[in-house]
Amino acid sequence: MIEFYLDTRSGVPTYLQLVQQVKQAVRLGILLPGDQLPTVKEVVGTLAINPNTVLKAYRELDHEGLVEGRRGQGTFVSSDLPSLPPDEVKGLRSALQRWIERARAAGLDDDNMAALFADTVRPPGSSRAA
Amino acid sequence: MNGSTAAVFADGLGKRYGSRWALRDCTLEIPAGTVTALVGPNGAGKTTLLHLAVGLSRASAGEVEVFGHSPRADAALVLPRVGFVAQEHPLYRGLTIGETLTLGRRLNPSWDDAVARERIEGLGLSLRQKTGKLSGGEQAQVALTLALAKRPELLVLDEPIASLDPLARREFLQTVMQAVAETGMTVILSSHIVADLERVCDHLVILATGRVQLAGSIDEIVAGHRLLTGPRGDSAAVARVHEVIRESHTDRQTTLFVRANGHVYDSRWQLHEVDLEEIVLAYLGQRNGSHAPQREAVAP
Repeated sequence: MIEFYLDTRSGVPTYLQLVQQVKQAVRLGILLPGDQLPTVKEVVGTLAINPNTVLKAYRELDHEGLVEGRRGQGTFVSSDLPSLPPDEVKGLRSALQRWIERARAAGLDDDNMAALFADTVRPPGSSRAA
Repeated sequence: MNGSTAAVFADGLGKRYGSRWALRDCTLEIPAGTVTALVGPNGAGKTTLLHLAVGLSRASAGEVEVFGHSPRADAALVLPRVGFVAQEHPLYRGLTIGETLTLGRRLNPSWDDAVARERIEGLGLSLRQKTGKLSGGEQAQVALTLALAKRPELLVLDEPIASLDPLARREFLQTVMQAVAETGMTVILSSHIVADLERVCDHLVILATGRVQLAGSIDEIVAGHRLLTGPRGDSAAVARVHEVIRESHTDRQTTLFVRANGHVYDSRWQLHEVDLEEIVLAYLGQRNGSHAPQREAVAP
């Protein structure tokens, strides 16, 4: 189970913050396939937000195939969600660490690295000037 | 006359005290199942509108319906379905919480005593405590318990959080939102504090100088307003397409706050998104009330 939080200064709509937090938790393996998300009542009881906002976030996640609503039971992380192979993740992480050391040695700070990564990861054909 | 989905429907509703109109030509529809914020400065007519809706006062003009019935002429059809918490959460201060609940049970046929006692216990309060000795936040919670134990379909809260500290405010809104999640009830709450409302409410009615300035779904309202900045003057072209709510000028620059009808194509204008608080302030800034009242229905 995860607990949601709200960043009221971010300007990101509330439902989108919930969507992003679930996605992040799934990516990091905090939420595993079959895990239950907090019920709508639990979320509004902690965050004091409109229940429709939670429903909207869960609908969006459902639409993207990340979670599935089970009638009368709640909302669960999709069981057929492809999870990342742990060994592969480990290898990628250590390769990234070596790259980060090289970048630091070359004088890049965290922001430079994040910018370079974001620019490189952007799909081919998209405008890089934007 | 109105759609079956309206919890509250007002048509040309007005209330006059002597020669002064506290509310004038108010036409609006609050869809069932929404949580609606009624926003406006002190003296805007918020309490007047709420009192008319719950049958506490009689209209001087026009009419108001709650679930399709008049709250005064058909009080027996309306009042059992409505929970109301007045400003400052008034309680009989000499009564204990237990006596207060007994009073609630005797006065309300649909009273759910188990829910009421459970809630009081959940608040960490004892039935033997006198209500007059409770903190402001606790009094608000007891008043809310009375309204919720009635199992209302419409909950009307007049300035429920203004007098509460930030923690009590959060706890109060958590309770209301949990009740909405459980029952799907309609909620109308008035406030002059916008900050807390954006996360709680999905609909908004802006009231100023006794008139409705804007009403609708918050998502649509936020999506529909923009701030434009551009070279001084020359706002006429914008005003032909968009509704200019406010404008201001420096010697070089013009700033327009508009309710946008589609896109702004003129590249001389820079577009900025606005948040709910800025929108409310822009509408409240038109102090003369010259803005024509909205006569449109609020989409659910």
